[in-house]
Amino acid sequence: MSKYLIKRILLAILSVFVILLITFFAMNAVPGGPFNSEKATTPAVRAVLMERFNLDKPVWQQFLIYIRNLTRFDFGVSLKTGREISGTLSTCFAVSAKIGGIAAFVAVIIGVILGAIAALFRNRWPDRLIIFFTTLFTAMPSFVFATLLLMVFCIQLGLLPVFSTEASASKYVLPVIALAAYPTAYITRLTKTSMLDALSQDYIRTARAKGVTTRKVIFKHALRNALIPVITYVGPMLAYILTGSLVVENIFNIGGLGKQFVQSITNRDYPMIMATTIFLAVIMVLMNLLSDIMYKVVDPRIKLD
Amino acid sequence: MADLNKNKSGVPLLQVIDLHTSFTTDNGEVQAVNGVSFTLEEGKTLGIVGESGSGKSVTAYSIMQILEKNGHISQGKILYKGEDITHYSEKQMQDFRGKKCSIIFQDPMTSLNPVYTIGNQISEAILIHSNKTKEQAKEATIRMLELVGINDPQKRFKQYPHELSGGMRQRIMIAMALVSEPDILIADEPTTALDVTIQAQILELMQELQQKLNMAIIIVTHDLGVIAQMADEIVVMYGGRICERGTADHIFYSPAHEYTKGLLRSIPSVENMKQKLVPIAGTPINLLNMPKGCAFCARCDNAMKICLEEVPPELKMPDGHYASCWMNVKNNNYVSEVSANE
Amino acid sequence: MDTAPNKNPLSLQIDVSRFEKATDEEKRQQDVMSESTTFFKDGMRKLMKNPLAVGSIVVLVLIILTIIIAPLVVPYSYSDIIKVNGKRDKSAKNLAPFEYSKQEQKFIDEGGKVFPHIMGTDSMCRDYFIRVVEGTKISLTVGLFASILVLIIGVLYGSISGYMGGKVDLIMMRIVDIIYSLPDMLIIILLSVVLNETLAQSNSKIIQSLGTNMVSIFVVFGLLYWVGMARLVRGEILKIKSNEYILAAQAVGAPSGRIIRTHIIPNCISVIIITTALQIPSAIFTESFLSFVGMGVKAPMPSLGSLANAAREGLQSYPMQLVFPAVTIVLIVLAFNLLGDGLRDAFDPKLRR
Repeated sequence: MSKYLIKRILLAILSVFVILLITFFAMNAVPGGPFNSEKATTPAVRAVLMERFNLDKPVWQQFLIYIRNLTRFDFGVSLKTGREISGTLSTCFAVSAKIGGIAAFVAVIIGVILGAIAALFRNRWPDRLIIFFTTLFTAMPSFVFATLLLMVFCIQLGLLPVFSTEASASKYVLPVIALAAYPTAYITRLTKTSMLDALSQDYIRTARAKGVTTRKVIFKHALRNALIPVITYVGPMLAYILTGSLVVENIFNIGGLGKQFVQSITNRDYPMIMATTIFLAVIMVLMNLLSDIMYKVVDPRIKLD
Repeated sequence: MADLNKNKSGVPLLQVIDLHTSFTTDNGEVQAVNGVSFTLEEGKTLGIVGESGSGKSVTAYSIMQILEKNGHISQGKILYKGEDITHYSEKQMQDFRGKKCSIIFQDPMTSLNPVYTIGNQISEAILIHSNKTKEQAKEATIRMLELVGINDPQKRFKQYPHELSGGMRQRIMIAMALVSEPDILIADEPTTALDVTIQAQILELMQELQQKLNMAIIIVTHDLGVIAQMADEIVVMYGGRICERGTADHIFYSPAHEYTKGLLRSIPSVENMKQKLVPIAGTPINLLNMPKGCAFCARCDNAMKICLEEVPPELKMPDGHYASCWMNVKNNNYVSEVSANE
Repeated sequence: MDTAPNKNPLSLQIDVSRFEKATDEEKRQQDVMSESTTFFKDGMRKLMKNPLAVGSIVVLVLIILTIIIAPLVVPYSYSDIIKVNGKRDKSAKNLAPFEYSKQEQKFIDEGGKVFPHIMGTDSMCRDYFIRVVEGTKISLTVGLFASILVLIIGVLYGSISGYMGGKVDLIMMRIVDIIYSLPDMLIIILLSVVLNETLAQSNSKIIQSLGTNMVSIFVVFGLLYWVGMARLVRGEILKIKSNEYILAAQAVGAPSGRIIRTHIIPNCISVIIITTALQIPSAIFTESFLSFVGMGVKAPMPSLGSLANAAREGLQSYPMQLVFPAVTIVLIVLAFNLLGDGLRDAFDPKLRR
C-alpha cells in the first residue's frame, strides 16, 4: 500500500511539473504571450511584465521565479481586467465546484442505480431502455445537449429559468443535468458491466448456496464488489465535469472557472489562460490521485501489498 | 415445511430419479445431465466420479438449484426425505440451502467474497437459518472455526479471505457449510485446487466432521484416489449419463463398464506399479454433439457396432451393482434390465 | 461371438452382427466435432448477427455515400452565397427547409428551375444542406486521420516498449503514465492557442490550406491521444510474448522482425481495430468541442461542431440549424460506438461476456 501510495504521489507531482513546464514554455512560445515583452500593448504593461517575470534573466531562472510565485498562489494580474488572478480564480472556483459537485453526486447515485437495474434485468425491457438512453447520451457532445436543454426547457416551454444572478435552486437544475448526463451514462454502463461480472463470480454461487436471499445476494455480495471499478472512474469523471463546465457554464451563463477560461481564450488573456489551465489541471491530477487511493482503500485485497 | 424435519423411517435421505438438466446456449440446448439416478443414505458418503464435462458438477448444482441462469432441470425428481424439491419455490430453496444441504466448491480462492471478513461471511450463514443474535452468531462462528481446525479463530474472524492460504480457505468454506448442521454436505472437487499434503488434511477433516455431525456426503471428483478414501457408494458418470454405480468394492474390484475399467487402468496403484499405465485415448466428448449410441463409444477400445447406434440400458450385475455397457449383454453377464424410473 | 445373448428381460431383439467390434473408421465418425471455422469467418458471422452493428454499418455507408454524391448533385457551394440566375441572392437568408427566397420564387414563376434547399439556408445565405454535408466530410476526415495518427504512434510506441521490455519498457511506460494523467482537453486548448499563434506566422502552404486550427488538432492528437493505444498494444504484446509459441519461435531462431510480423501483429490486430473504431468518435468529439471554444476549423470551412456552435446564436428563431448538425454528430458517433462494441463482441473473445 505505502509503496503504491508513494509511487502514485510521485507520479502526481511529476504530472503537475510537466503541466507547469508545458504551460510555461507554451506561453513563452506564443507571440504576444505573457513572457513576450515585444508585443506588450503599452509600456506600462511591459514594465509590469519585465518586473514580474524578470524577462532579462535566462529562461530557466524565469521558470523558477514563475514556480516560486505559483507556490504563493500568485498568478499575476489579468491583461484584460488588471485584477489579481488569484482572487478571480477563487470566486469562480466556488461557483464551479458547487455545480460540479452536485453533478458528480447525481451522476454517481443515478448511474449506480440504473446500472444495477440494467444488470438485473439483463436483456429485458428495463435493460434495453436504459442502455438505449445511455448509448444516446454518450454519443452527444455536451454543448449540443446543453443547448438542446436550453432550447426545450427555457425557450420553448419556459419551464425553468435560464441561469441568472438571482439565487434559487431551480437555476442549478439545467446546468447540473447537462454536466451529469455523460458521467451518468458512463457510470450506468460501467456499473452494469461490473455488476454482471460480479454476479458471475464463484462467491455469488457460494452466497446462494448458503441460502442468502436473492435481494441480499445482489445488494450485499454483488453490488459492493461491482462498485470498486466505479470508484476508479470518479477521478476521470471530475475531470470530465470540470472540462464540461467550459461548455455548460458558457451556455447557461454561469460565472465559473469554465466561463472564465473560455473568455480568457477569446480575449487572448495569456496570464489568465495560464493560471486557469494550471489551476484546473492541478485539481484534476489531485482528483485522480484521490480516486486511485480510494480504490485501494475500498478493495481489501490490495491493503497488504 | 415442518414435515421436512421429521425423518420418515425407510425413506432414503436423498433420492435423485432420472434427473435431466439442460442449458440454453447460443448454439442450442445442451443436455448436461441426461437421466441420472442415485440414492444417498443418511450418514453415508456417495462419490460421483467423472472427467470434466461428464455432468458431475451440474448434478450437484441441480440438487442445490444453484445452476447458472440459462440452466434448468428439465425432467426427473429429487426427493429429500421423500419430498420432491424440484418444484420448491425460490423461498423454500433458500431454506433448504445451507440448512438441509450445503455445498463446498473446487476453488476456495474465488469462492469467498473478497470484500467481507471471514467472520462476516460465516455469521451470515448462521443468521439466515436461526434466530441467533449477532453476538451468539459470532460465538457459534468461532466455535465452528475451532472445529474445522483453524488456529486463533478470534483473529481469523476479522481477517479477509485473501489473508489466508488455500487450505485455510477451504476449511473456512467447510465451516461455513456446516454451521447450520445440514444433513447433506456436497463437496464439489473439494481438494482439486489444493496441494497434495493439504488435500489429505481436508479429506480427513471432512470424515471427522461426518462422524461428529452425522451427515451424509456427496463428493464430486475426478480423482479416484479421493473416492477410494472417502466413498461408500460410487457413481461413475460420462457424457451426462451414469456408466456404472455400486459400492466402492464393486467399482474398484469388479468394474463392469469399459469406461470404469479404463479409468482404473489409468491410475497408478500398488498392484499395477510395475505395469505400464494405460491412458484413455481421445478427448472428452462435446456435449453439443452427443453421439447417437453410448457416449463413450468413440474412445472405447472394445466398441461394437451396437455401441455406436444405441444407448446401452442400465443392467443389474450378478453381484448387485449397476452398469450401462453393451459388453455385458454380449458376454451375457447381467441379471436384469433396469427401467429408468427404477 | 458365438454366445448370442438371449436373456429376456432385455426388451431388445438381439442381433449378433451388431455385437461385432466396430472399426476405427466407424468410431471416428462418432467423434463428431463442431464445424470448424476460421477466426475471421466466425467473427464476421457474429458481427452480421448483431443488428446494432449491421445498422451502424448501414448508417455509415449511407453517410459516406451522401458525402460523395451530394456535392455532385446539389448545385451550391458550401462557401458561397446562393446565386439565382448568376446573381447573388441576398434575400435567401435563414430559409426554412425547402423554402425558396423571393428572388428564387420569382425565378421559378418565370419558369426557371431552382434546386430545393433541403435543410434551408444559414444566416449568410448559404445552402445549409451542402454545408452540413461538407461539415460531415471534414469532421469524418479529421476523425479518421487523427485516429490513423494515433494508431501509428500508439502501435509503434507500444510494440517497441512491449517487445524490448526491461528498462526501456519501464522508462517508456512512465512517460505514458505522465501523459495519461495530464488533463487532455486543457492541454489541447492550451496547445491550440499557442500553435494557432505560431502557425499563423508560418507561410507553409499545407498549413494555410488546412487552417492552423486543423493542424493544431492533429499535432495535439499526435502528442497526447496515442497513450491509450500504446498501453493496450503493449499489454497485448506482453501477454503474447509469454505464450509458448513465441518462445518456440525464438528457440528456432526466428528473427525479431519476423516474430513481430507473423505472430504478434496478427494477434493484437483485433484490439487495434476496435480501439481505432472507438477513437474516431472521440476525435470528432474533440474537434466539435474545440469548435465550441472557437478553436475549430477555419471559416468558411464548416465542421459539424462549428456548424452547431454557429447555430446557437440564432437558436430562438432557427432551431433547425442546430438540430441538423447535432443529429449528424450523434448519428456518426453512435454508429462508430456501436460498431466498435459489435467488433469487440465479435472479434475479441477475451472481452466477450
